[in-house]
Amino acid sequence: MSDTFKLNIDGVEVEVPKAYTLMQACEEVGAEIPRFCYHERLSVAGNCRMCLVEWEGAPKPLASCAQIVGDLRPNRDGSPPVIRTKGAYVEKARNGVMEFLLINHPLDCPICDQGGECDLQDQAVAYGRSDSRYDENKRAVEDKYMGPLVKTIMTRCIQCTRCVRFVAEVAGVEEIGMISRGESAEITTYLEKSLTSELSGNVIDLCPVGALTSKPYAFNARPWELRKTSSIDVMDAMGAAIRIDAKGDAVMRILPETNEEINEEWLSDKSRFVWDGLARQRLDRPYVRRNGKLHPVTWPEALDAVKAALSVGADQVGVVAGDLIEVEQAKAALDFFRGLGVKNTDCRPASAQYGTSGVREHYLLNPTLMGVEESDALLLIGTNPRVEAAVWNARIRKSWLWGNLKVAVIGEAAELTYPYTHLGTSADALNGAAVREFFKGAKRPMIVAGEAAACRSDGAAILSAALSMAQETGAVSEGWAGFGMLHTAAGRVGALDAGFVPADGGKATKDILGGALKTVVLLGADEVDLSQVGSAQVIYVGSHGDAGAARADIVLPCAAYSEITATFVNTEGRVQMTTRAVQPKGEAREGWAIFRALSGVMGKVLPYDTADELRALLRGKAGQNTAFSGRGYAPGAKGVSALIAAPPAADGGFGNAPFGRAIADFYLTNPIARASRTMAECSALATSLDTAVAAE
Amino acid sequence: MALRRFDLEAGGDSFAFKSETEEKIAFWRGKYPADKQRSAVIPLLWLAQKDNNGWLSEPAMREVANRLEMPYIRVYEVATFYTMFRLQPVGKFHVQLCGTTPCQLRGAERLKEVCKKEIGKPMFVTDDQRLSWEEVECLGACVNAPMVQINDDFFEDLTPESLSAILGRLRHGADVTPGPQIDRVNSAPEGGTTVLTDASLFDGSRTRVSALPNLPKPPEPTPEATGLPEADAPTNTKREEPTSKEIKS
Repeated sequence: MSDTFKLNIDGVEVEVPKAYTLMQACEEVGAEIPRFCYHERLSVAGNCRMCLVEWEGAPKPLASCAQIVGDLRPNRDGSPPVIRTKGAYVEKARNGVMEFLLINHPLDCPICDQGGECDLQDQAVAYGRSDSRYDENKRAVEDKYMGPLVKTIMTRCIQCTRCVRFVAEVAGVEEIGMISRGESAEITTYLEKSLTSELSGNVIDLCPVGALTSKPYAFNARPWELRKTSSIDVMDAMGAAIRIDAKGDAVMRILPETNEEINEEWLSDKSRFVWDGLARQRLDRPYVRRNGKLHPVTWPEALDAVKAALSVGADQVGVVAGDLIEVEQAKAALDFFRGLGVKNTDCRPASAQYGTSGVREHYLLNPTLMGVEESDALLLIGTNPRVEAAVWNARIRKSWLWGNLKVAVIGEAAELTYPYTHLGTSADALNGAAVREFFKGAKRPMIVAGEAAACRSDGAAILSAALSMAQETGAVSEGWAGFGMLHTAAGRVGALDAGFVPADGGKATKDILGGALKTVVLLGADEVDLSQVGSAQVIYVGSHGDAGAARADIVLPCAAYSEITATFVNTEGRVQMTTRAVQPKGEAREGWAIFRALSGVMGKVLPYDTADELRALLRGKAGQNTAFSGRGYAPGAKGVSALIAAPPAADGGFGNAPFGRAIADFYLTNPIARASRTMAECSALATSLDTAVAAE
Repeated sequence: MALRRFDLEAGGDSFAFKSETEEKIAFWRGKYPADKQRSAVIPLLWLAQKDNNGWLSEPAMREVANRLEMPYIRVYEVATFYTMFRLQPVGKFHVQLCGTTPCQLRGAERLKEVCKKEIGKPMFVTDDQRLSWEEVECLGACVNAPMVQINDDFFEDLTPESLSAILGRLRHGADVTPGPQIDRVNSAPEGGTTVLTDASLFDGSRTRVSALPNLPKPPEPTPEATGLPEADAPTNTKREEPTSKEIKS
């Protein structure tokens, strides 16, 4: 039996695998099949009937999305079955389906947020009648509450059940369902409770009509008015592909773009709905603190103030880079401060024990995000991917659901949307027999350590033990680098690649902020503990008025990620670039330009005048291979030799203190998210749900 | 079909299966493998409804979901799909009145009027908590139309008067007799059998082996094969007298 099957589609003979659906086969020859319920990444429902095609000789049209090619049979004379996706027969069938779909669909396109990007609208134009023959009353459906992100207008629902399948299969929280039946059928969450998934916003994209729309974006803009810019998300370390839709100088919404290697086509709620934070709490001009209050000043005044603050001696200055720092700023700042002789520079959270070995592979997610689909045993050490990389968590779930992945966790036993073996809460478990038992027979083991494991005093020993474990279990071998770190911050890997770590004899983050220095420079660092800074002068360079700016003596405003064309390196080591979607706010400048200007004021001019010159420097000369040479690809197993080498020696062993959480609140991990009202609402809701569960 | 929603207020906060139900739950769950326990959702919902005075409250539904380790929404979908799961309180005696075509042709509309008059609107529970009614689709007793189902029993061949009498008796706690409310047994003709009345049809005297010409010759019938039927063999010429019984609530 051959695995392929011959078909005659619209007069073109094509041979496709038997496992294909008829719809896939039709698309193979370029035929366009309309659909509502079918979605490539969800299971097949076959309930909208829009994808009908004709099979010559069949008594009825076929729903091509649900018809497996292998179930067709050749004609009696042995010639391939004849399928038609065009012609009067198919037109009439689709026309009839469309008329039924529109019977109960309201004619409220002029006030519908989906208008202009609505599958039903488009397909009604293409396949529908010009008028309706239905003159009964249309049905009306009560709107449902689905939380602060998803707005529902359920009368518009055509019951394709994409949202039901998405939350059950991809998001892994079975919370949406179709209740009742027939004309009474309704899509709802259980008793109209809020969705608890971090991926709930994706149902808005999936909804082919305007039943589920974005609540924060409601009535804000029409799709054709928006300026669309492809960019990169910085809310987590995945670097998901996004599209920033802007009107004037305001970001109106953020949508995912497809990048199979990172986010497929999903996006986490934080990345999607953070945009209102880009317009709030913005630092739009420089400030200097006088008599305890921040006063607006001009740029030259601010730079002079910075010059004075930095003239305390290089060993009295410390620089901490924050979570959202772009590579250009990190590089320019590093060059600038190194030029002054400053050794105290760090881009890592307090007590972080990675990034100083000089081996890039030690802090990358070498197996790659997509690699989890090849893996058959995944061990998560001190990391909760559901909050640290929500979209990747969906991919892990996918690999568990459709593949043969099994997962084990060392650390907090959180709900991850897939079952896992809980091996322990502390690093002790790495020595146990259970972990070896778990990896027994695994062909592609994968070990991922998180910041909760790496950011503690014994973090180096834990990472070293994890790498040894990887070597012992065969997780690192030629062609498979199954050991890696999952970062939480978009800027971290890029800054590490730029060398933003303490120089020899320099202080790390914890000591920089420990009160011993006279001047502390924060590059958007708001996640660090500033309570011990003491009387030090604090210079804050960042986009949002948050913890850092509140403590700062000098504030230099810089652009946020939607306002710059800048380089970010994701947790896999994939170099990607954002694109400027809107202008920086007020007098805010790009981060690297601030340090270029400062270098002039200080008389130590940096050797680049444009961002392109800076990037050329980062990429290195032609033929030279730096971390920034390539763009868009993850090194993956290329660096496996560095992992096969003996792990870096760590002083002492590790304690048995349980791993904490790297992220306390998924919705409030950075200054932009904390400035967002939507995120605040989500956070409050999630907290109240957590408390309610704990109280039970 | 109207919108179906849980009566959250009447459902309260808790529900527990009766202890004697556990055995039935174990029976139904035992029919399915350990990883397919959710197949037992409909029987368990039905048992929960029985244990909850004839309707399915939200805590009862949750209890079923918890036992089968199913997400609530999946059980909710089932409970709202099947109208036999009632999401609002019902009376001690819940009347399901068939309104489908055969019953309608035979006077179900008039029975509806009786229910409206004696009880009230559909799904309304009388103040004494004894009666409620709703219209349902075909219950499969068309030959005895019109009919109603009260709790687990059919009451058939109704007239407005006989239904009114039944409701009156139920309201006052008196016994009622399920089955046809006219002079007939099950679905047999009213007033007794009118065809196939010849006793010889049933006494075995007409039993003989016939042979087809092109068949091999059959063996001689043995004396046992031609024996007379037993004296009390069931026939449909004998009529059973309807017995009165208390119907279960």
